[in-house]
Amino acid sequence: MIGNFDIYIAGVGGQGIGLLSEALIRAVDHAGMIAKGCDTHGLAQRGGSVSSHVRVGADARSPLVSEGSADLVVALERHEAVSAGRKYLKEGGTLLWFDASWQPLDVRLGKARAAGESDVEEVAALRKGTAVRVDGEGLPDPRMQNVAMLAALCRRGLVPGLSLAHARAALSDLMAGAALDANLALLAD
Amino acid sequence: MKDLGSTLLREEAFEEIVIGNTAVARAMVEAGVRSVTSYPGSPTPEIAEALAAMGSDKRPLRFEFSTNEKVATEVAFGSALNGHLSVVFFKSVGLNVAADSFVQLSLMDIPGGLVVVLGDDPGANSSQNEQDNRHYARMAYVPVLEPAGAQEAYDFFKLAARIARERHTVVILRLTTHVCHAKEKVRFAAWKPEPFDRTPRFDPELQNYIPIAASVFPLKRRALERIEALASDPLALSADRVDDAGNRKRGVIVAGNAYLSLLDALAEVREKPDVLKLGLVHPLPAARVREFLAAHEEVKILEELDPVLETEIKALAYDAGLRTRIIGKLDVGELMGEHVPSAVRRIMAATWPDLYAAPPPEALPAVAAPRPAQLCPGCGHRSAFYAVKKALKDDDITVADIGCHTLGHLPPYRMGRVLLSMGHSTATASGLALFNKERRVACFIGDSTLFHAGLPGIANAVYNQHDVLLIVMENGTTAMTGHQDHPGTGRNWNGETTKLSVRAALEGLGVTNIREVDAYQQAKLTGMVREALAEPGFKVVIARHPCMLKFTRDQRRKLKAAWKPKHVRIDQDACTKAHECVERFGCPSFQLHDGRAVTVNEDLCIGDGSCRQTCPSGAIVEQLGGAE
Repeated sequence: MIGNFDIYIAGVGGQGIGLLSEALIRAVDHAGMIAKGCDTHGLAQRGGSVSSHVRVGADARSPLVSEGSADLVVALERHEAVSAGRKYLKEGGTLLWFDASWQPLDVRLGKARAAGESDVEEVAALRKGTAVRVDGEGLPDPRMQNVAMLAALCRRGLVPGLSLAHARAALSDLMAGAALDANLALLAD
Repeated sequence: MKDLGSTLLREEAFEEIVIGNTAVARAMVEAGVRSVTSYPGSPTPEIAEALAAMGSDKRPLRFEFSTNEKVATEVAFGSALNGHLSVVFFKSVGLNVAADSFVQLSLMDIPGGLVVVLGDDPGANSSQNEQDNRHYARMAYVPVLEPAGAQEAYDFFKLAARIARERHTVVILRLTTHVCHAKEKVRFAAWKPEPFDRTPRFDPELQNYIPIAASVFPLKRRALERIEALASDPLALSADRVDDAGNRKRGVIVAGNAYLSLLDALAEVREKPDVLKLGLVHPLPAARVREFLAAHEEVKILEELDPVLETEIKALAYDAGLRTRIIGKLDVGELMGEHVPSAVRRIMAATWPDLYAAPPPEALPAVAAPRPAQLCPGCGHRSAFYAVKKALKDDDITVADIGCHTLGHLPPYRMGRVLLSMGHSTATASGLALFNKERRVACFIGDSTLFHAGLPGIANAVYNQHDVLLIVMENGTTAMTGHQDHPGTGRNWNGETTKLSVRAALEGLGVTNIREVDAYQQAKLTGMVREALAEPGFKVVIARHPCMLKFTRDQRRKLKAAWKPKHVRIDQDACTKAHECVERFGCPSFQLHDGRAVTVNEDLCIGDGSCRQTCPSGAIVEQLGGAE
């Protein structure tokens, strides 16, 4: 691949972004490309915004994606899709988002408006990019949203050179038994 | 599935994708470290997770989470005095706790060698400040190695361990948040397990180990001479590198993670400056820096946080009579936050405006509501704050401490409105209660923090008769940093141990006015706080409930397929839209629709039911087995 390919992943603490990012980096490695990245930890378990940076390509040196530079933004929640898209999506990039809503504090207190599907589409349009919506229909367990997103980005060819087979190899590095089988089913060709 | 533990103990050389913290754990194994201590704190706890993965029978070293960073440092020092290569690691502000002992270490001949692994936190990602611990290193005459990424974290740990062991001294490996968590493929060397010599070799004749008055000076002289020698020591200097772009006009001196940001920021630059990347940041490798300065007309000092290198390099240039233009921090903004690639690009553009032909890509302004961290669904602290708030008047004063319960300062609770440091709450509250008959003072502390640094403030409140209510938020774990055990849990890192009871500890310190209640019993807790506040002197209410995040995870793990999700739901016919649940109890499971109807997010709700008593119309009902 020529140049870097930058991916910014966003969600809420508890949605399993760590696994998604780890699997993605390993899948890229299985595809024969160089990957690096970084999770934000800190208060991540406490329901705050969490993010993970994944950078593909030999020229990427910092583990962090720069603002306005992500070729692909993956968001596991609506409000996070809006925030992450506005901050990180580059012009012409793709915003892959899972349609779940975990209302932030100000929305629950009635002090801010809840984000809707059109808000996410507007962000992609502002960046002259594409929004791709994924929903949980047919998902056996809500905790598998992260792997559903991995499947979606492989299936749609959103990361150049990355296939479902690479994702399966990556997950097989990370889990075993019934959990692996259930997740591999989502990654079937 | 790859097993992390056996991977980290492989005897042949290998490559693996790991974070910096994990790479450091492998480096400990290869370096022959025998004793490791810590107190949990982000960004370092994954070092302990990697050590845990190795398994107790195969792990070639001993680990403990000590009660605080000072204790951890002292245990590591003691084992190193006996000849065992030892490590202590903790977060940035942990060094403040450890400082009283840490500053003495360079005076000591430490036969085993001691490495202090610091997790500094530029950007204050998970800390109460972003202090630059290089200042401590300067004050205490301790050398510092600073890696840029995971590979260097591994390489530099081994270098630090070698220097520490060969020179019988202490060395800091200074990591920062995004070095600890940077993930990349790291090349590991082979490991040859060595038999462990357990002989206790402490020898009080090796030096005078009692630095008092005049006996301090020979020890201080040796410390000063040792650190001066290191500035030109080939071994220590092997951590530096020069990227020679053939630019005789411009150069940059940089260290740590900012180096990688600089490379990204320079990617589009045609005439790249030369770069001197320091691995050894204290002592400053003077000869190499002087040479680099002399070879360039202008040199930018690019360093995260404080102008430590800048100050030293400017002094060095003055002494050497160099005419190089040295460009340090341009404004206070450059002293704050992380040097991420976009920040470094801004700094470089401000330093040399002709570097860039086009402006950088930028973010669109934020519009969506921010999402602060919050107490988890089912958290006992939520019940406690909700109940305690009812017993207080609006102008009563509440003091927070460090832990999950710090989040109580956010709406809707607004409880615990001032925070300094670990364990400060009782003593700060004691001061707030002085000369004050109008506003009652209550403070909070968690159980792990209580054992860490809370006890002296409590002893003081008893001893000096302060009029304060302490509410102990006991959840049976160190939740915020990932559920580590502490002296009150009955387990240490290695297994079962004596369980220190919070109540017994309080009684031992002379506290006589103690009440205890499960935090879910909200009415009872409100009543207890009311009663206690009416009584003079120092009093304690223990509001106890296990961490429900940990409890739910443990249940899931234990019951496996038999585990069934549990939720509450809102009976929409009974709901009067009073919004007590969403506006005042504030569990994140409750979702508000167009300012009217409330529903329950079943991905979040754990069905604990602590919310049910808050609904004035009884509209929150239990539902087993999740939604249809």
